[in-house]
Amino acid sequence: MTAAVAGTGNWSITRLAQALEKKELSSEELTGAALDSIDTWEPALHAYLSQMREHALDSARASDRARLADEKVSLLSGIPIALKDVLCLENQPVTAGSRLLEGFTSPYTATAVARLKAAGMVFVGKTNCDEFAMGSSTENSGYGPTGNPWDPACSPGGSSGGSAATVAARSVPCSLGTDTGGSIRQPASLCGVVGFKPTYGRVSRYGLIAFASSLDQIGPFTRRVEDAALLYREMAGADPMDSTTLSDPVEDPVPQLSAGVAGLRLGVPREYMGSALSPGVRAAVEAAIALYQEQGAIIEEVSLPSTDLGLSTYYVIAPAECSSNLARFDGVRYGNRLPSELAPLTEMYLETRRKGFGPEVKRRIMLGTYVLSHGYYDAYYRKAQQVRSLIANEFSTVFSKVDALIAPTSPSVAFPLGAKSDALSMYMCDVLTVPVNLAGLPGISIPCGFEDGLPVGLQVIGPRLADAMVLRVAHAYEEASGWKDEAPKLPHTLTTGEAL
Amino acid sequence: MASQVTAGPAVEDGGAPGISAKYEAVIGLEVHAQLLTESKMFCGCRADYAQMPPNTNVCPVCMGLPGALPVMNRKAVEYTILTALALNCTIPEESKFDRKNYFYPDLPKGYQISQYDMPLSLNGHLSFELEGRRVRAGITRVHLEEDTGTLQHAGSVLHTAASSAIDYNRCGVPLMEIVGEPDLRSAEEAREYLVRLRQILTYLGVNDGNLETGSMRCDANVSLRPPGDSQLGVKVEIKNMNSFRAVHRAIQYEIARQAGLLDMGEKPLQETRGWVETESRTVSQRTKEYAADYRYFPEPDLPPLQISRQLVEEITSQMPELPEQKAARLVTQFGLSSYEAGVLTATRASADTFEAVVAGGLPPQAASRWLLGDVAKLETEHRTRLAESGLGVAGLVRLGNLVEKGSINGTTAKALLEELFLSGGDLDDLVQSRGLSMVSDAAELRRMAEEVIAANPKSVADFQGGKEAALQSLVGGVMKLTRGRADARAVTQLLRELLSAE
Ligand SMILES: [Zn+2]
Repeated sequence: MTAAVAGTGNWSITRLAQALEKKELSSEELTGAALDSIDTWEPALHAYLSQMREHALDSARASDRARLADEKVSLLSGIPIALKDVLCLENQPVTAGSRLLEGFTSPYTATAVARLKAAGMVFVGKTNCDEFAMGSSTENSGYGPTGNPWDPACSPGGSSGGSAATVAARSVPCSLGTDTGGSIRQPASLCGVVGFKPTYGRVSRYGLIAFASSLDQIGPFTRRVEDAALLYREMAGADPMDSTTLSDPVEDPVPQLSAGVAGLRLGVPREYMGSALSPGVRAAVEAAIALYQEQGAIIEEVSLPSTDLGLSTYYVIAPAECSSNLARFDGVRYGNRLPSELAPLTEMYLETRRKGFGPEVKRRIMLGTYVLSHGYYDAYYRKAQQVRSLIANEFSTVFSKVDALIAPTSPSVAFPLGAKSDALSMYMCDVLTVPVNLAGLPGISIPCGFEDGLPVGLQVIGPRLADAMVLRVAHAYEEASGWKDEAPKLPHTLTTGEAL
Repeated sequence: MASQVTAGPAVEDGGAPGISAKYEAVIGLEVHAQLLTESKMFCGCRADYAQMPPNTNVCPVCMGLPGALPVMNRKAVEYTILTALALNCTIPEESKFDRKNYFYPDLPKGYQISQYDMPLSLNGHLSFELEGRRVRAGITRVHLEEDTGTLQHAGSVLHTAASSAIDYNRCGVPLMEIVGEPDLRSAEEAREYLVRLRQILTYLGVNDGNLETGSMRCDANVSLRPPGDSQLGVKVEIKNMNSFRAVHRAIQYEIARQAGLLDMGEKPLQETRGWVETESRTVSQRTKEYAADYRYFPEPDLPPLQISRQLVEEITSQMPELPEQKAARLVTQFGLSSYEAGVLTATRASADTFEAVVAGGLPPQAASRWLLGDVAKLETEHRTRLAESGLGVAGLVRLGNLVEKGSINGTTAKALLEELFLSGGDLDDLVQSRGLSMVSDAAELRRMAEEVIAANPKSVADFQGGKEAALQSLVGGVMKLTRGRADARAVTQLLRELLSAE
């Protein structure tokens, strides 16, 4: 590691960009350091499914050349970033954490990724995740779990566990994840980083391997709220390739980030502060609420009575959509076809899917197939859609009274890998994040303290399209608290000559 | 599956089985029509995949690659609404797409984007004249979906083939489904319904109407019941009918087959049967017990469609004159018989040609006579349309008018028609250079007639002695002198005058 990059691990994107702009630092150095740090951490974390060392260094040098030639470049040019392995990048492997897609290379680039690429960002690798983003611990990856940098024996959360872990480890300043029921916010919470899920339809899903189309949304992991705002601003906006993107103009969140919370009404949903919270989480969140109050926010207790219906609603709608979305993985056109020799059609379907998918994916496909079946549709799918509307309406009602909601992101901190062996206890991890997806709202998780040395996350939820408000409220807390500079230490088991 | 081996009765076209007294046939047609849009239903690939090498007309979207999303083709929606309006359907203000889930290698996403409970249109009808009766067939709905790829098996069917090849070029081509009510009562009605429907689709320019290539496909639901019974019998779906003739024969066969079963006290199975052209029979493909549960649910990748009344009005205003209206107008405006009008309006192109010829200045009766007679014959024989032939519309107008003015006679005109149709050339030059124009100079003709009278005293005597037939040989003599360039009736008239004056 060169002298220039030493100690930049905690820097914000803005600060890194300034250093790049002043040529105090080159993107090649920064990217090289990121790649080295990834290599250092990888034995403990297994955060990556593929790395793109040469590709990354080429992009970094291209960015450096552009800066040296005094070309007008984006602030994000030359900044390394990792991609959750559900996002397509042309001619790069994409597995969605599934053995079924082992060896598959996408011939095209996702819109959100293409926008960052156009800005000159440097892609360092594809991160580990639960298979097809189904899970809350990254243990459902077909390639083995990811560890949490704060304690590699613990889960980083999921499904975007690899993306959260690598940012928490200070290997890269940012990464992309996807959030269907909490898959950005929950791992951000468990890894002590910022994870932002924008309003549904704000960031194009084109090129994101779908889990549940009506819930999926791409968003950034960063160490600073401001960085999340910068990435969001770059990715957001209508995309002709995704009909569910919104045509409403994108409000630039950056200028209002520092507007503070004085005079803002912040709601605390009673149902989110229930008995399921671990003591440390409750204490940290209550302290955060108090800090907001000190900053001049008006705190109100509010009620979202249907919160407890969120999980069961989610576990009808998401599996229904995934059962259909995953039908294309049939061994006919791409991915691993089984058996390897010529076989009858039905056998090919059965073998490919039986061996290619892991148990959680199969469980959800079966669940989804069941709820859409003739005779069950009304009882499950239609009913779930009705409850979904109910949940969205309750949020709307509350947002007529408050500007944003603050709540815990996850009821507990990171848990040991293997600790949640039954599906239901794993599903409970998302109880506080799922309603936000059902209502299509923007939500963010930011670090707000520790319990037993493991990070606690604070969730800020805003009305639909109030992404800028969510970022502003989160930023106010980040500024007032000191958590952003807390970093995990490289485990003793990994010997290294240099400090990070 | 006993039905698979049931030998059916031989069916010949026109040979209607005499079952009408015992059973009433209840027939409904489901027609799929590929839309003539520029691009596919949900991506930018070309909709016209004909002649393209396999798998060259594809992209991540129509190949169902991971992460790809559909984007709706507006033109396809407009074409479907246009068709629905032509079929007297109502257009709901809200519509949506749904996923129809099933596994098949020609379906890359594992689901077809189609429309389930909120189609683009509902409740229409198609009515037509058949053997002096008016048949009114209800249209349940016209909706929009995407076409699948095509499979080629190294063997007869997928499940027993040694291997299969898939071409995804057709995948995602906009496909309109026109679901008919079970209102048809005979194979003839079904065929006529299909003929009329194709006529409308091609008039609208939304489909090319080709059953052979499959750009238009027809499935038939056939059941029998005692006449006057309001309940429907067991429904059999027939597929693989690739021509109007096949539709007619397959339905005839199926009616006879089911009648045979009922006669023996057996009930037809609810099943799908395929028409095997070479064997002139239907064979069982699958029975209802294996029927798939398609698990329809709203397509989450496409927002619901709001169909504004303004759009419906705009589309209505673009509605061309439909075949029945056009035929009626040709009768009243030009005094054609309804038979002539019917044939001339069979296709929009032929109707347009007729109107162009009339507009060019040829009287309607003559235009009709030419187009339905010699021109139609040449067009069929040489597979060339008049407009694209050496003659062209303007050429026909000029040629026809030369006959109307008596400048050339019919025999000459026919010969010229064929020559110009095939090889082109200037009509006036040909007439001039070959001296084909009629001897219309009265003095010249009189001189020739007198010459013939003088040279044939015997015939003259015979005629004057009361033998009418003798006149014909004199007429022949004059025609010979003019080398056929005289109007035989005028010559006859002239000779009578000269001989009676004598
Ligand atoms: Zn395509």
